Amino acid sequence: MSKELNNEKEHPDNTSLALDDEQRVKVLSPGMLVAKRFLRNKLAVAGLVIIVAMFLFSFLGGVVSPYGESQVFRTTEATWKDYAGASYNDTYRFQAKDGASMPAAAQQRFILAEGKGEESFEAGGIGYSLKKAGEDLYLISAEQPIATVLTLKGKSSYKETGDIPLTDEIKKAYEAAEAADEDTFEADGISYSISQSGRQVSISCSQELALATKKIFNAASEENEEGYDFQRAALEAMEEKADSFTVGEEEFTLEAVEGQDAAEIKKDGEIYATVSTLLVSPQTSASFLSLDFKEKVETAIAENAASFTADNGDGTEITYQLQKKNTQYVIRSQKETTVNATFEAPGRTHLLGTDGNGMDMLTRLMYGGRISLLIGFVVILIEIVIGVLIGGISGYFGGWIDTLMMRLVDVVICIPSMPLYIIIGAVMDYYQVDPRIRIYLLCALLGLLTWPSMARMVRGQILSLREQEFMIATEATGIRISRRIFRHLLPNVIPQLIVMATMGLGDVILTEATLSFLGIGVKFPFASWGNIVNAVNDIYVLTNYWFVWIPAGFLILITVLGFNFIGDGLRDAFDPKMKR
Amino acid sequence: MKKFIVRRLLLGVVILFFVSIIIYSIERSLPTSYVEGKARAMSQKQGAKPYDELVADLNASYGLDKPVLPGYFSWLGKAIRGQFGESWVWHQPVTEKFGSVIWYSFALGLISFLLEIFIAIPLGIISATKQYSRTDYAITVVALVGISLPSFFFATILKWIFSIHLGWFDLYGIVSRMHEQMGSLGQLLDIGKHLVLPAATLTIVSIGSLMRYTRTSMLEVMNADYIRTARAKGLSEKKVIYHHAFRNSLIPIVTILGNSLPNLFAGAMITETLFQIPGIGYTGYQCLVQGDIPFTMFYMVFLAFLTLMGTFIADILYAVVDPRVRVN
Repeated sequence: MSKELNNEKEHPDNTSLALDDEQRVKVLSPGMLVAKRFLRNKLAVAGLVIIVAMFLFSFLGGVVSPYGESQVFRTTEATWKDYAGASYNDTYRFQAKDGASMPAAAQQRFILAEGKGEESFEAGGIGYSLKKAGEDLYLISAEQPIATVLTLKGKSSYKETGDIPLTDEIKKAYEAAEAADEDTFEADGISYSISQSGRQVSISCSQELALATKKIFNAASEENEEGYDFQRAALEAMEEKADSFTVGEEEFTLEAVEGQDAAEIKKDGEIYATVSTLLVSPQTSASFLSLDFKEKVETAIAENAASFTADNGDGTEITYQLQKKNTQYVIRSQKETTVNATFEAPGRTHLLGTDGNGMDMLTRLMYGGRISLLIGFVVILIEIVIGVLIGGISGYFGGWIDTLMMRLVDVVICIPSMPLYIIIGAVMDYYQVDPRIRIYLLCALLGLLTWPSMARMVRGQILSLREQEFMIATEATGIRISRRIFRHLLPNVIPQLIVMATMGLGDVILTEATLSFLGIGVKFPFASWGNIVNAVNDIYVLTNYWFVWIPAGFLILITVLGFNFIGDGLRDAFDPKMKR
Repeated sequence: MKKFIVRRLLLGVVILFFVSIIIYSIERSLPTSYVEGKARAMSQKQGAKPYDELVADLNASYGLDKPVLPGYFSWLGKAIRGQFGESWVWHQPVTEKFGSVIWYSFALGLISFLLEIFIAIPLGIISATKQYSRTDYAITVVALVGISLPSFFFATILKWIFSIHLGWFDLYGIVSRMHEQMGSLGQLLDIGKHLVLPAATLTIVSIGSLMRYTRTSMLEVMNADYIRTARAKGLSEKKVIYHHAFRNSLIPIVTILGNSLPNLFAGAMITETLFQIPGIGYTGYQCLVQGDIPFTMFYMVFLAFLTLMGTFIADILYAVVDPRVRVN
């Protein structure tokens, strides 16, 4: 506005000399009149206030705000993570003797044999025999060849084949059995079997190799050993419903748990291990589950509880979740994890909350305002330059130049702008144009498609101005063409130009917001009011997080409204016909 | 008059020619991967031709194997005969798809157009007759808010209030789930119900400019000498306004309405997309996003044609309504 005031003051005020004082007070320069009329319009002033506030909010706000445009905030959140699994064991678990091992093939054969009720099976060329020692408890022995015997003319020659020394007692017992035509014999409390193939007889002994049980042993501490001997003794004791058993020289007491197929084994009055059918295993092999924890799991399952509290090993009680999945139970504990602070409700640290990326909403709005306003002004500038140039030339020269230019205007007006933006946005997406360059391209594109209305207006104005007397005067005084256009014609178009530009600013901001909303305008990480509202494409956000999209949409509305108020006020102020 | 119409029509054809050249060359600047992706998808179907052959076929069928200008002329040659090819997205002729979706857009456009007229013009007149009163300010503010409202934001607010919080309308679509079981009247009402929010959005967003236009035009007339004469004759204010002023203020209004008449067929891309109304706007948007060249080519030329028709109708109406205007 002040520019115009200066402009108008340059003209000498001739009337003032002839007028008396009373009238002189009333005389104002045309610029002052416009300003006065403008300021008297409440809506226009409101618009001015809105736009000034918007500028302060966007350009000063971004500086004042303690956060950055794309600063991501993190927060710790407790999430339920799988901690352990539990299931009732219904498969056999094998515990081999110290130093021995039960091959996997033999384990599978055992399960087959057990199912068929057979007493022996073969795997890997070795014969095995199984003995039922209780419910779901089998003792497995492997046949171990000891010697081959070749009997020629009543005289036997022995050949050791295994690691076990062939003692004289075995030989005696063998001979006795041979004489009695028996398949088995016993010596030193160990039973041996005889098998004949051709003339060669081989002696083998069956040695206990492993036990198979469905019971699970849980040790009270990591050091406690639960070897073959221990397990066998314990299981046999359980089978016999005995109160105690000894392993080697150590004595253990056994206490059955009521109502369950489980038992507690104590040593010196302290729990040493428990036996049950429930298998509780940690999710990661590194962690050791305490006996107490396993017991808690067992009671929780028995009580059908959804959660329980237990010691976590460090002496603190924490709550665990128990979930049933088919026959399996999953125990979950809460774990602290760092996540992006997404959709945080408005509060003290974030006045308008945070968005889906954990960025401060208010700060994003400020930076978004910068981009929206800047794009608006740049586009309008491009529009004015092209519009004035084409409209001015066309209006001043007329003739075929005018016709050509106006057909160009017609063509550009006819190009459907929104589809074109979408196509070009898709092309830019395809070439993965840098978001910063996209903003420049967007400005150029918007400018190149919106100038025709400006050009038409300038042309119309110039056509009518060209015929007026002052232009004939410039022609008569021989002022050069460029000066005639820029010094005498264009300043007369400026009022309409300002009105159009102000209104146009609102339109450009709207278009930019719409494009950004569709995801083809300003792109992340840059904020724009349009792409902030874009979050509502997720119905969940639309339903639950009003603070993400309503402020941004409201700012667009207010800003465009402000420009329209100013434009409207300016038009009324410039137009003498609308004088109140 | 006849001469004027013929000249305008010929000019329109020339403009349309240049506009379609520009649109075609922009379409051709699309990354070719759309065709390639299309061919890749087609080649994976059972019994399909090999990929290379399909690419060549597709390129040939849309003239994409030729340079831009010859390609344009081959497109133009078919387009003049009404052959716009087959839509890649919809797998049916472009014109057929267009015919099946345009009526949704037309219905939506017509409803909001009528609402716009019936709300905006009376309000504009009231605003002008009571210039600078409280009513005038209120109406002006409402009009400018309407102009300033981003349609996507307003549509979202309507959805938020009426679909999510009140549950009165569906969020998306033109028909509800039980549509097939309804009677013919029920089906019509069902569609109508789904058009309520989109029509409200379009009306509110577009009402402002017509209201302002009516106000300005009315104010101009009210300052005219013949209104002063009418008042001097002692006519009632009602008669002055509705008989003398309003009729004359209609001249520019009719022109601008004529201008927007073809736009009833243009569809509202943003609003239709947000409410997923299967009109030409939503269909066009889907095609644009997925790079369906045959359909977008048709759609954009169609929009350009509508714009031209708009100015043409406006010019004719201007001459018809105001006999003082000499067409030549």
